[in-house]
Amino acid sequence: MSTQTTNAGSRPISAYLYKRAKLRLFGLIALPMFWIVGVYILSLFLLLITAFWFVDPFTSKVIPGFTLDNFISIFTVPAYISTSIRTLLIALAVTGLSVLFAVPLGIYMAKIARPWVRNALTVAITLPLWAGYLVKIIAMRLVFTEEGFFNWALAPIGISGPTFSIPLVILTLTYLWFPYMALPVFTAIRQIPPNLFDASSDMGAKGFTTIYRVVLPLIIPAIIAGSVFTFSLSLGDYLVAKFTGGSTQMIGSIIASNINLNPPVAAAFSMVPIAFVLIYLMVARRTGSLERM
Amino acid sequence: MYVPLLVLILNSFNQSNISSWPIAAFSFDWWQFAATYQPIRTALLNSIIVAAGSTLIAAFLGTLVAFALKGFDFFGKGTVNLLVVLPIALPGVVTGVAFSNTYNTFLSPAGFNIGYFGMIVAHATFCIVMVFNNVFARLKRMNPSLQEASADLGAGLWQTFRLVTFPQFRTAFVAGALLAFALSFDEVVVTIFTAPPGVDTLPLWILKEMSRPNQASVVNVVATLVILISLIPVYISQRLSRAPDEVR
Repeated sequence: MSTQTTNAGSRPISAYLYKRAKLRLFGLIALPMFWIVGVYILSLFLLLITAFWFVDPFTSKVIPGFTLDNFISIFTVPAYISTSIRTLLIALAVTGLSVLFAVPLGIYMAKIARPWVRNALTVAITLPLWAGYLVKIIAMRLVFTEEGFFNWALAPIGISGPTFSIPLVILTLTYLWFPYMALPVFTAIRQIPPNLFDASSDMGAKGFTTIYRVVLPLIIPAIIAGSVFTFSLSLGDYLVAKFTGGSTQMIGSIIASNINLNPPVAAAFSMVPIAFVLIYLMVARRTGSLERM
Repeated sequence: MYVPLLVLILNSFNQSNISSWPIAAFSFDWWQFAATYQPIRTALLNSIIVAAGSTLIAAFLGTLVAFALKGFDFFGKGTVNLLVVLPIALPGVVTGVAFSNTYNTFLSPAGFNIGYFGMIVAHATFCIVMVFNNVFARLKRMNPSLQEASADLGAGLWQTFRLVTFPQFRTAFVAGALLAFALSFDEVVVTIFTAPPGVDTLPLWILKEMSRPNQASVVNVVATLVILISLIPVYISQRLSRAPDEVR
């Protein structure tokens, strides 16, 4: 087409780039990749290296070297082991609790609620996510203190609420990360064709059985996607434990308390959540769940 | 889910200093106090600067990645996606500690003192994914033949982007940027580790005050403020990124 050949001369750069897809791709991706890999991944890598180093006991300065002591201490110091297990269990509990609430809510929103209710609920679930992490922790603290709202509300029934302890940590963490689980689950349930529900009840399944044998298997990728957040964020959390857990120690608490005096130990300990999340993400990627986030 | 937040907001009007319930008397005293108290104002300014800086960087980088992943199929595409999400999927302690370690153990002794900018770098890193998600989702919905038509008519790459592509994803871009701003504004854990000594962002100030029970109600005021400043961009963002078929 004659117009094109005439104009190509006035737009040499565009014409050049248009023909070379790889160059365009490179141009687009170079800068972000440099940032993420060169800044962030490098930092993580440096952290890994620091985990092998020493701390000079006299000057408290970090000395380059090579020692496996920091990693070994993760497995040998009893307090570290118990903290790791405790954190793992808390993270599992949070994930389980989130799924427990997310699935019925998702079914209600996807299949039963009217469109405006559904939209309102979607907004209602997402919005608190943005109210702020720290703010929500303060809010939970406020509600559950001795003279707080929770005890006042339940006083007529004679129950007093949880004090600052592990159950409250689990509750707060679930409160924090619930939207991360609810949204993918809701989206996935929405995509289940309605005739599957009909078929299931045709074959005699009651509500519960349908959920258990039809819905759950179909939304497993979404649950995995949601659980990446609920699990890893709980695994590495330390502020919740600090402010609502009383004296509960989690992996995050240990990392945070060690970073200034003993960076190598903190670095070694950080490898635990990193390793875990990486493995989890790689598994999730294979199930195709990453697109659902 | 909103009950704890409502309790918090109501408590910011609590006249007494102790956060007990039910509230005995309401007053605006604490709001007035907070408005003129210098550390809070400085912290607020810091929060805004850091959030704005990170949003700019994240918006730019996130858009680049979105275009790269949308228009091309290449080896390692999934890995790139993973890398973009990683800063936000990893716990804040890890990200914070990694950056802090790089700044303190490697950069400082080498004479490179990153200070304030270090916060912005860290925040920008985990904000990229916010912009990326929004822009990418919108790009997927866009019709590529419009770009092709533009090229057929003789427009160069930048011209096509400026006149055809950008107006189409503009709202998603703004939505993503707003989310990034809100995220950075309210972030505290990574900030704990990357803030230079003596510098506070608003959430950091709240954190430090939490260990002083006498100031409880001022903290509630500031916390309410943080809720508002985080929620408003998000609400606008939601409206902007709503698909045309969802708008009634």
